[in-house]
Amino acid sequence: MNINDYINSGILELYVAGQLSEKESSEVYDLMLKHPEVLKEVLEIEAAIVKLTASVSPKNKIAFNTIKDRLDNNTDSKVISLNRPKTQWLNYSGWAAAVVLAGGLIWTINQKSDLENQIQTVNTEKDFLEIQMETSKTDLAETKNLLNIIRDKSIINIPLEGQAAAPGAYANVYWDKKDDTVYLDLQGLPEPPEGKVYQVWSLTLNPLTPTSLGTIDDFIQDDNKIFKLKNANQSQAFGITLEPAGGSPSPTLEQLYTLGALASL
Amino acid sequence: MDIDNLVIQFKKKDEKAFEKLYTMYKDSMHGVIYNIVRDNDIAEEIMQDVFIKAWHKADSYDVKKGRFFTWLINIARNAAIDKTRSKSFKNSGKNLNSDFFVDIIQSHDSLDDSTDAIGIKKFVDKLAKKCIEVIELLYFKGFTQKEASEELDMPIGTIKTRNRNCIKELREAVL
Repeated sequence: MNINDYINSGILELYVAGQLSEKESSEVYDLMLKHPEVLKEVLEIEAAIVKLTASVSPKNKIAFNTIKDRLDNNTDSKVISLNRPKTQWLNYSGWAAAVVLAGGLIWTINQKSDLENQIQTVNTEKDFLEIQMETSKTDLAETKNLLNIIRDKSIINIPLEGQAAAPGAYANVYWDKKDDTVYLDLQGLPEPPEGKVYQVWSLTLNPLTPTSLGTIDDFIQDDNKIFKLKNANQSQAFGITLEPAGGSPSPTLEQLYTLGALASL
Repeated sequence: MDIDNLVIQFKKKDEKAFEKLYTMYKDSMHGVIYNIVRDNDIAEEIMQDVFIKAWHKADSYDVKKGRFFTWLINIARNAAIDKTRSKSFKNSGKNLNSDFFVDIIQSHDSLDDSTDAIGIKKFVDKLAKKCIEVIELLYFKGFTQKEASEELDMPIGTIKTRNRNCIKELREAVL
Protein backbone atom coordinates (compact mmCIF):
# COMPACT_ATOMS: atom_id res chain seq x y z
CA MET A 1 0.00 0.00 0.00
CA ASN A 2 1.25 3.43 -0.94
CA ILE A 3 1.00 5.48 2.23
CA ASN A 4 0.60 8.78 0.39
CA ASP A 5 -2.30 7.44 -1.63
CA TYR A 6 -3.83 6.20 1.58
CA ILE A 7 -3.45 9.62 3.18
CA ASN A 8 -4.80 11.41 0.10
CA SER A 9 -7.85 9.15 -0.13
CA GLY A 10 -9.55 11.22 2.58
CA ILE A 11 -9.95 8.25 4.91
CA LEU A 12 -8.08 10.00 7.75
CA GLU A 13 -10.52 12.94 7.68
CA LEU A 14 -13.34 10.44 8.00
CA TYR A 15 -11.42 8.70 10.78
CA VAL A 16 -11.33 11.92 12.80
CA ALA A 17 -15.01 12.48 12.04
CA GLY A 18 -15.72 9.02 13.48
CA GLN A 19 -17.18 7.73 10.22
CA LEU A 20 -15.16 4.54 9.85
CA SER A 21 -16.12 1.04 10.84
CA GLU A 22 -14.42 -0.52 13.83
CA LYS A 23 -12.20 -2.58 11.52
CA GLU A 24 -11.16 0.44 9.42
CA SER A 25 -10.47 2.48 12.55
CA SER A 26 -8.31 -0.31 13.91
CA GLU A 27 -6.36 -0.33 10.61
CA VAL A 28 -5.79 3.41 10.82
CA TYR A 29 -4.61 2.98 14.38
CA ASP A 30 -2.08 0.31 13.37
CA LEU A 31 -0.85 2.48 10.47
CA MET A 32 -0.41 5.45 12.81
CA LEU A 33 1.87 3.35 14.97
CA LYS A 34 3.84 2.16 11.94
CA HIS A 35 3.97 5.36 9.88
CA PRO A 36 4.73 8.66 11.61
CA GLU A 37 3.43 10.59 8.58
CA VAL A 38 -0.03 9.03 9.10
CA LEU A 39 0.01 10.00 12.77
CA LYS A 40 1.13 13.52 11.88
CA GLU A 41 -1.64 13.82 9.29
CA VAL A 42 -4.27 12.67 11.78
CA LEU A 43 -3.02 15.09 14.45
CA GLU A 44 -3.16 17.98 12.00
CA ILE A 45 -6.65 17.14 10.80
CA GLU A 46 -7.76 16.87 14.38
CA ALA A 47 -6.11 20.15 15.38
CA ALA A 48 -7.80 21.94 12.49
CA ILE A 49 -11.22 20.55 13.41
CA VAL A 50 -10.66 21.46 17.05
CA LYS A 51 -9.92 25.05 16.08
CA LEU A 52 -12.82 25.25 13.70
CA THR A 53 -15.31 23.89 16.19
CA ALA A 54 -13.87 26.05 18.99
CA SER A 55 -14.35 29.14 16.85
CA VAL A 56 -18.10 28.52 16.88
CA SER A 57 -18.18 28.84 20.66
CA PRO A 58 -19.34 32.41 21.44
CA LYS A 59 -17.82 32.60 24.90
CA ASN A 60 -17.05 29.77 27.24
CA LYS A 61 -15.71 30.77 30.62
CA ILE A 62 -16.09 27.48 32.44
CA ALA A 63 -12.81 26.68 34.15
CA PHE A 64 -11.74 23.13 34.91
CA ASN A 65 -12.19 23.81 38.63
CA THR A 66 -15.91 24.19 38.04
CA ILE A 67 -16.24 20.54 37.12
CA LYS A 68 -13.43 19.25 39.29
CA ASP A 69 -15.64 18.66 42.32
CA ARG A 70 -18.03 16.61 40.29
CA LEU A 71 -15.28 14.28 39.12
CA ASP A 72 -14.65 12.94 42.61
CA ASN A 73 -18.22 11.94 43.20
CA ASN A 74 -17.71 8.65 41.55
CA THR A 75 -21.33 7.80 41.25
CA ASP A 76 -22.74 6.41 38.07
CA SER A 77 -26.14 7.78 38.85
CA LYS A 78 -24.70 11.26 38.64
CA VAL A 79 -23.29 10.51 35.21
CA ILE A 80 -26.50 9.02 33.98
CA SER A 81 -28.43 11.97 35.27
CA LEU A 82 -26.44 14.38 33.13
CA ASN A 83 -28.24 13.84 29.87
CA ARG A 84 -31.76 14.03 31.11
CA PRO A 85 -31.71 15.23 34.69
CA LYS A 86 -35.33 16.27 34.50
CA THR A 87 -36.59 12.91 33.30
CA GLN A 88 -34.46 11.05 35.81
CA TRP A 89 -35.74 13.24 38.59
CA LEU A 90 -39.31 12.64 37.47
CA ASN A 91 -38.60 8.94 37.27
CA TYR A 92 -37.24 8.73 40.79
CA SER A 93 -39.91 10.90 42.30
CA GLY A 94 -42.50 8.91 40.41
CA TRP A 95 -41.22 5.66 41.87
CA ALA A 96 -40.94 7.25 45.29
CA ALA A 97 -44.51 8.46 45.05
CA ALA A 98 -45.64 5.01 43.94
CA VAL A 99 -43.91 3.39 46.91
CA VAL A 100 -45.36 5.92 49.34
CA LEU A 101 -48.80 5.43 47.81
CA ALA A 102 -48.54 1.65 47.99
CA GLY A 103 -47.42 1.89 51.62
CA GLY A 104 -50.30 4.21 52.41
CA LEU A 105 -52.70 1.88 50.69
CA ILE A 106 -51.52 -1.14 52.66
CA TRP A 107 -51.72 0.86 55.89
CA THR A 108 -55.26 1.99 55.02
CA ILE A 109 -56.31 -1.57 54.21
CA ASN A 110 -54.92 -2.74 57.54
CA GLN A 111 -56.72 0.07 59.33
CA LYS A 112 -59.94 -0.82 57.57
CA SER A 113 -59.60 -4.48 58.46
CA ASP A 114 -58.90 -3.56 62.10
CA LEU A 115 -61.94 -1.32 62.21
CA GLU A 116 -64.10 -4.00 60.63
CA ASN A 117 -62.99 -6.43 63.31
CA GLN A 118 -63.82 -3.89 65.98
CA ILE A 119 -67.25 -3.29 64.47
CA GLN A 120 -67.82 -7.04 64.42
CA THR A 121 -66.93 -7.28 68.11
CA VAL A 122 -69.12 -4.34 69.02
CA ASN A 123 -72.01 -5.79 67.02
CA THR A 124 -71.69 -9.10 68.82
CA GLU A 125 -71.65 -7.32 72.17
CA LYS A 126 -74.66 -5.28 71.13
CA ASP A 127 -76.60 -8.42 70.12
CA PHE A 128 -75.71 -10.01 73.42
CA LEU A 129 -76.82 -6.95 75.37
CA GLU A 130 -80.07 -6.79 73.39
CA ILE A 131 -80.80 -10.40 74.25
CA GLN A 132 -80.06 -9.70 77.92
CA MET A 133 -82.28 -6.66 77.81
CA GLU A 134 -85.06 -8.63 76.18
CA THR A 135 -84.74 -11.30 78.85
CA SER A 136 -84.81 -8.66 81.57
CA LYS A 137 -87.88 -7.05 80.03
CA THR A 138 -89.66 -10.38 79.88
CA ASP A 139 -88.66 -11.12 83.47
CA LEU A 140 -89.87 -7.73 84.57
CA ALA A 141 -93.18 -8.15 82.76
CA GLU A 142 -93.68 -11.57 84.34
CA THR A 143 -92.83 -10.21 87.77
CA LYS A 144 -95.22 -7.28 87.35
CA ASN A 145 -97.87 -9.64 86.22
CA LEU A 146 -97.34 -11.80 89.32
CA LEU A 147 -97.43 -8.77 91.52
CA ASN A 148 -100.72 -7.68 89.96
CA ILE A 149 -102.18 -11.11 90.55
CA ILE A 150 -101.11 -11.14 94.19
CA ARG A 151 -102.50 -7.64 94.77
CA ASP A 152 -105.77 -8.26 93.03
CA LYS A 153 -108.41 -8.19 95.77
CA SER A 154 -110.67 -10.66 93.97
CA ILE A 155 -107.94 -13.29 94.31
CA ILE A 156 -108.14 -15.65 97.26
CA ASN A 157 -104.92 -16.48 99.07
CA ILE A 158 -104.68 -19.90 100.68
CA PRO A 159 -101.51 -20.74 102.62
CA LEU A 160 -100.64 -24.45 102.60
CA GLU A 161 -98.86 -25.77 105.73
CA GLY A 162 -96.20 -28.47 105.84
CA GLN A 163 -97.54 -31.96 106.75
CA ALA A 164 -96.03 -35.10 108.28
CA ALA A 165 -94.14 -36.07 105.09
CA ALA A 166 -92.37 -32.67 104.96
CA PRO A 167 -92.87 -30.59 108.11
CA GLY A 168 -90.67 -27.68 106.90
CA ALA A 169 -92.45 -27.34 103.58
CA TYR A 170 -94.98 -24.65 102.74
CA ALA A 171 -96.77 -23.26 99.70
CA ASN A 172 -99.27 -20.59 98.70
CA VAL A 173 -102.25 -20.83 96.43
CA TYR A 174 -103.72 -17.72 94.75
CA TRP A 175 -107.09 -18.57 93.33
CA ASP A 176 -108.61 -16.31 90.71
CA LYS A 177 -112.25 -17.41 90.67
CA LYS A 178 -113.18 -15.20 87.71
CA ASP A 179 -110.70 -16.96 85.50
CA ASP A 180 -110.95 -20.39 87.13
CA THR A 181 -107.20 -20.23 87.60
CA VAL A 182 -104.89 -20.98 90.49
CA TYR A 183 -101.38 -19.66 90.85
CA LEU A 184 -99.16 -21.81 93.03
CA ASP A 185 -96.14 -20.40 94.79
CA LEU A 186 -94.03 -23.49 95.49
CA GLN A 187 -90.93 -21.70 96.68
CA GLY A 188 -91.16 -23.57 99.99
CA LEU A 189 -91.12 -27.10 98.57
CA PRO A 190 -87.94 -29.16 98.26
CA GLU A 191 -86.89 -30.39 94.83
CA PRO A 192 -88.73 -33.63 94.04
CA PRO A 193 -86.49 -36.73 93.77
CA GLU A 194 -85.94 -38.23 90.33
CA GLY A 195 -88.93 -40.05 88.92
CA LYS A 196 -91.32 -38.16 91.18
CA VAL A 197 -93.52 -35.09 90.64
CA TYR A 198 -95.73 -32.92 92.76
CA GLN A 199 -99.42 -33.32 92.08
CA VAL A 200 -101.91 -30.62 93.10
CA TRP A 201 -105.34 -31.54 94.38
CA SER A 202 -108.52 -29.58 94.87
CA LEU A 203 -110.53 -30.88 97.84
CA THR A 204 -114.12 -30.69 98.93
CA LEU A 205 -114.53 -31.64 102.57
CA ASN A 206 -117.91 -33.30 103.20
CA PRO A 207 -117.36 -35.88 101.98
CA LEU A 208 -113.61 -35.58 101.38
CA THR A 209 -113.25 -35.68 97.63
CA PRO A 210 -109.91 -34.96 95.93
CA THR A 211 -109.81 -33.76 92.34
CA SER A 212 -106.45 -33.61 90.53
CA LEU A 213 -105.58 -30.21 89.11
CA GLY A 214 -102.47 -31.57 87.45
CA THR A 215 -98.81 -32.34 88.04
CA ILE A 216 -95.92 -29.87 88.22
CA ASP A 217 -93.62 -31.43 85.59
CA ASP A 218 -91.11 -28.57 85.26
CA PHE A 219 -90.55 -27.82 88.93
CA ILE A 220 -86.74 -27.96 88.74
CA GLN A 221 -86.42 -25.91 85.53
CA ASP A 222 -88.70 -23.09 86.68
CA ASP A 223 -86.87 -20.14 88.19
CA ASN A 224 -89.46 -18.38 90.31
CA LYS A 225 -91.35 -21.58 91.27
CA ILE A 226 -94.71 -20.05 90.41
CA PHE A 227 -97.03 -22.27 88.46
CA LYS A 228 -100.44 -21.72 86.89
CA LEU A 229 -103.15 -24.38 86.77
CA LYS A 230 -106.84 -24.44 85.75
CA ASN A 231 -109.34 -24.92 88.57
CA ALA A 232 -113.08 -24.86 87.79
CA ASN A 233 -113.98 -26.74 90.99
CA GLN A 234 -115.79 -25.41 94.04
CA SER A 235 -112.63 -26.08 96.05
CA GLN A 236 -112.69 -25.90 99.86
CA ALA A 237 -109.06 -26.86 100.36
CA PHE A 238 -105.85 -27.56 98.36
CA GLY A 239 -103.20 -30.24 98.90
CA ILE A 240 -99.93 -31.19 97.27
CA THR A 241 -98.58 -34.74 97.25
CA LEU A 242 -95.46 -36.35 95.81
CA GLU A 243 -96.42 -38.90 93.17
CA PRO A 244 -94.63 -41.06 90.59
CA ALA A 245 -93.94 -39.26 87.31
CA GLY A 246 -97.14 -38.87 85.30
CA GLY A 247 -99.26 -38.46 88.43
CA SER A 248 -101.77 -40.74 90.21
CA PRO A 249 -105.57 -41.03 89.92
CA SER A 250 -105.90 -40.47 93.70
CA PRO A 251 -103.51 -38.81 96.19
CA THR A 252 -100.95 -40.89 98.11
CA LEU A 253 -101.70 -39.51 101.57
CA GLU A 254 -98.40 -40.71 103.09
CA GLN A 255 -96.70 -38.35 100.68
CA LEU A 256 -98.89 -35.34 101.45
CA TYR A 257 -96.42 -32.44 101.62
CA THR A 258 -98.65 -29.41 102.20
CA LEU A 259 -102.31 -28.78 102.89
CA GLY A 260 -104.47 -25.71 103.45
CA ALA A 261 -108.17 -24.87 103.55
CA LEU A 262 -110.01 -21.67 102.52
CA ALA A 263 -110.20 -19.21 105.40
CA SER A 264 -113.97 -18.69 105.10
CA LEU A 265 -114.64 -22.28 106.06
CA MET B 1 3.30 15.56 26.85
CA ASP B 2 1.51 14.82 23.60
CA ILE B 3 -2.20 14.12 23.28
CA ASP B 4 -1.91 10.35 23.12
CA ASN B 5 0.04 10.20 26.39
CA LEU B 6 -2.47 12.50 28.02
CA VAL B 7 -5.22 10.17 26.92
CA ILE B 8 -3.39 7.18 28.41
CA GLN B 9 -3.04 9.08 31.70
CA PHE B 10 -6.70 10.08 31.50
CA LYS B 11 -7.71 6.44 31.24
CA LYS B 12 -5.76 5.90 34.45
CA LYS B 13 -7.92 8.62 36.01
CA ASP B 14 -5.13 11.19 36.21
CA GLU B 15 -6.88 14.47 36.96
CA LYS B 16 -3.96 16.61 35.80
CA ALA B 17 -3.96 14.95 32.40
CA PHE B 18 -7.71 15.34 32.21
CA GLU B 19 -7.42 19.02 33.01
CA LYS B 20 -5.08 19.46 30.06
CA LEU B 21 -7.44 17.60 27.76
CA TYR B 22 -10.27 19.74 29.10
CA THR B 23 -8.37 22.93 28.29
CA MET B 24 -7.60 21.60 24.82
CA TYR B 25 -11.12 20.60 23.91
CA LYS B 26 -13.57 22.62 26.01
CA ASP B 27 -14.13 25.36 23.45
CA SER B 28 -14.38 22.83 20.66
CA MET B 29 -17.05 20.88 22.51
CA HIS B 30 -18.82 24.07 23.50
CA GLY B 31 -18.83 25.15 19.86
CA VAL B 32 -20.28 21.86 18.64
CA ILE B 33 -22.94 21.91 21.37
CA TYR B 34 -23.71 25.59 20.84
CA ASN B 35 -24.18 24.94 17.12
CA ILE B 36 -26.91 22.47 18.06
CA VAL B 37 -28.66 24.15 21.00
CA ARG B 38 -27.93 27.83 20.10
CA ASP B 39 -27.92 28.96 23.72
CA ASN B 40 -24.70 29.86 25.48
CA ASP B 41 -25.78 28.94 29.03
CA ILE B 42 -27.30 25.62 28.02
CA ALA B 43 -24.24 24.85 25.91
CA GLU B 44 -21.95 25.54 28.86
CA GLU B 45 -24.03 23.32 31.08
CA ILE B 46 -24.02 20.44 28.59
CA MET B 47 -20.30 20.88 27.97
CA GLN B 48 -19.54 20.40 31.67
CA ASP B 49 -21.76 17.36 31.76
CA VAL B 50 -19.97 15.94 28.73
CA PHE B 51 -16.55 16.17 30.37
CA ILE B 52 -17.83 14.70 33.62
CA LYS B 53 -19.47 11.88 31.73
CA ALA B 54 -16.24 11.27 29.81
CA TRP B 55 -14.32 11.14 33.08
CA HIS B 56 -16.64 8.55 34.58
CA LYS B 57 -16.81 6.57 31.35
CA ALA B 58 -13.03 6.64 30.82
CA ASP B 59 -12.92 2.84 30.91
CA SER B 60 -15.20 2.57 27.91
CA TYR B 61 -12.88 4.57 25.65
CA ASP B 62 -10.78 2.26 23.48
CA VAL B 63 -7.84 3.92 21.80
CA LYS B 64 -7.93 1.39 18.93
CA LYS B 65 -11.47 2.32 17.98
CA GLY B 66 -10.79 5.99 17.33
CA ARG B 67 -9.41 9.27 18.51
CA PHE B 68 -10.18 10.56 22.00
CA PHE B 69 -11.37 13.79 20.37
CA THR B 70 -13.71 11.80 18.13
CA TRP B 71 -15.07 9.90 21.11
CA LEU B 72 -15.59 13.13 23.06
CA ILE B 73 -17.26 15.00 20.22
CA ASN B 74 -19.68 12.09 19.84
CA ILE B 75 -20.69 12.33 23.49
CA ALA B 76 -21.10 16.10 23.09
CA ARG B 77 -23.27 15.85 19.98
CA ASN B 78 -25.49 13.18 21.52
CA ALA B 79 -25.89 15.15 24.74
CA ALA B 80 -26.81 18.28 22.79
CA ILE B 81 -29.26 16.46 20.55
CA ASP B 82 -30.82 14.79 23.59
CA LYS B 83 -31.24 18.23 25.09
CA THR B 84 -33.02 19.62 22.03
CA ARG B 85 -35.43 16.66 22.23
CA SER B 86 -36.16 17.22 25.92
CA LYS B 87 -39.50 18.66 26.96
CA SER B 88 -37.98 21.56 28.86
CA PHE B 89 -35.99 22.58 25.81
CA LYS B 90 -38.96 22.33 23.46
CA ASN B 91 -41.10 24.28 25.93
CA SER B 92 -38.50 27.04 26.16
CA GLY B 93 -39.47 28.05 22.63
CA LYS B 94 -35.91 28.14 21.36
CA ASN B 95 -35.71 28.99 17.73
CA LEU B 96 -33.25 26.59 16.14
CA ASN B 97 -32.64 28.36 12.89
CA SER B 98 -31.00 26.50 10.12
CA ASP B 99 -27.88 28.70 9.98
CA PHE B 100 -24.65 26.87 9.41
CA PHE B 101 -21.72 27.08 11.77
CA VAL B 102 -20.14 29.67 9.48
CA ASP B 103 -23.00 32.07 10.13
CA ILE B 104 -22.31 31.82 13.83
CA ILE B 105 -18.61 32.39 13.30
CA GLN B 106 -19.32 35.42 11.13
CA SER B 107 -21.74 36.86 13.66
CA HIS B 108 -19.17 36.87 16.46
CA ASP B 109 -17.93 40.23 17.59
CA SER B 110 -14.51 40.72 16.02
CA LEU B 111 -13.17 42.85 18.93
CA ASP B 112 -12.11 39.96 21.13
CA ASP B 113 -11.06 37.69 18.28
CA SER B 114 -7.89 35.73 18.71
CA THR B 115 -5.45 35.13 15.87
CA ASP B 116 -7.03 31.76 15.26
CA ALA B 117 -10.47 33.28 15.02
CA ILE B 118 -9.25 35.79 12.46
CA GLY B 119 -7.75 32.97 10.39
CA ILE B 120 -10.94 31.01 10.58
CA LYS B 121 -13.01 34.01 9.61
CA LYS B 122 -10.86 34.46 6.56
CA PHE B 123 -11.21 30.78 5.85
CA VAL B 124 -15.00 30.65 6.14
CA ASP B 125 -15.36 33.87 4.15
CA LYS B 126 -13.92 32.28 1.07
CA LEU B 127 -15.17 28.78 1.80
CA ALA B 128 -17.26 27.17 -0.92
CA LYS B 129 -20.84 26.34 0.03
CA LYS B 130 -20.22 22.66 -0.69
CA CYS B 131 -17.34 22.71 1.84
CA ILE B 132 -19.48 24.37 4.47
CA GLU B 133 -22.20 21.79 4.06
CA VAL B 134 -19.87 18.80 4.14
CA ILE B 135 -18.03 20.01 7.25
CA GLU B 136 -21.28 20.94 8.96
CA LEU B 137 -22.78 17.51 8.42
CA LEU B 138 -19.72 15.34 9.07
CA TYR B 139 -18.17 17.16 12.03
CA PHE B 140 -20.84 19.31 13.62
CA LYS B 141 -23.88 17.12 13.09
CA GLY B 142 -22.24 13.69 13.10
CA PHE B 143 -23.89 12.50 9.90
CA THR B 144 -22.50 9.32 8.35
CA GLN B 145 -21.03 9.53 4.84
CA LYS B 146 -24.14 7.82 3.51
CA GLU B 147 -26.49 10.24 5.26
CA ALA B 148 -24.40 13.19 4.08
CA SER B 149 -24.41 11.89 0.53
CA GLU B 150 -28.19 11.59 0.61
CA GLU B 151 -28.62 15.00 2.25
CA LEU B 152 -26.34 16.71 -0.27
CA ASP B 153 -27.35 14.53 -3.21
CA MET B 154 -23.73 13.68 -3.87
CA PRO B 155 -21.97 10.29 -4.40
CA ILE B 156 -20.20 8.91 -1.32
CA GLY B 157 -16.82 9.02 -3.06
CA THR B 158 -17.30 12.70 -3.84
CA ILE B 159 -18.05 13.40 -0.18
CA LYS B 160 -14.80 11.77 0.80
CA THR B 161 -12.56 13.68 -1.63
CA ARG B 162 -14.39 16.95 -1.22
CA ASN B 163 -14.07 16.66 2.54
CA ARG B 164 -10.36 15.96 2.17
CA ASN B 165 -9.93 19.13 0.11
CA CYS B 166 -12.03 21.26 2.43
CA ILE B 167 -10.07 20.16 5.48
CA LYS B 168 -6.84 20.83 3.60
CA GLU B 169 -7.94 24.42 3.07
CA LEU B 170 -8.90 24.70 6.72
CA ARG B 171 -5.51 23.42 7.81
CA GLU B 172 -3.81 25.99 5.64
CA ALA B 173 -5.89 28.74 7.19
CA VAL B 174 -5.50 27.86 10.87
CA LEU B 175 -2.38 25.78 11.43
